[in-house]
Amino acid sequence: MNTKTIHICYFASLREQRKLSKETLVTDSETPAALYDQLQKSHHFTFSPEDLRVAINDTFVDFKNTLNDGDIITFIPPVAGG
Amino acid sequence: MFNLSTDPINPKSLADSLNDSGVGAIVTFEGRVRDHNDGKPVTSLEYEAYTKLALKEGDRIISEARKKYDILNAHCTHRIGHLKIQDIAVWVGVSAEHRDTAFASCRYIIDEIKKYVPIWKKEHYSNDEAVWVSSATDSA
Repeated sequence: MNTKTIHICYFASLREQRKLSKETLVTDSETPAALYDQLQKSHHFTFSPEDLRVAINDTFVDFKNTLNDGDIITFIPPVAGG
Repeated sequence: MFNLSTDPINPKSLADSLNDSGVGAIVTFEGRVRDHNDGKPVTSLEYEAYTKLALKEGDRIISEARKKYDILNAHCTHRIGHLKIQDIAVWVGVSAEHRDTAFASCRYIIDEIKKYVPIWKKEHYSNDEAVWVSSATDSA
């Protein structure tokens, strides 16, 4: 496993649950799915991964994408525009 | 084109920007802040966006609408920040040669924006704690 530095952004309900809008983590997680699992265990997020979408570097990606060192990742709670 | 705005939306100037001499129909939609939702008295709404991705996603939806429908011009502006009752939260306008295209494409754009653009809404109530609502429970 490669450790990597990942920047995480939070919005709306996830931001309030984390009590942070961004943080930087050193992680072994290889994918957004693994990283969310790690974060959910630490912070008791109420959303299951199926409720969320994920973006890396401002582009929607799959939860099984590979994480790279320096990526900016955002877990996106259910949207409610309009 | 899709925009986010912290300032109030001016529907007249946005609608005027859709016009040209070949336009035969302009359809516009205004989503407004209601004073109630799901039986609760709403006092205000707070909108938050993931700006970079919201702009990309909004532009993608308008490009898709242009491919699907024979549109002349299309625009959407979504407010962010704290809005009062009856403020315009989202404005969509489409111009086309004919009304069928203008109605259908305007409907398509607002439906897709609500489904996919990373914008969130927190409802503030007169008698309860504010909550982030999901579009699954929202019939605006």
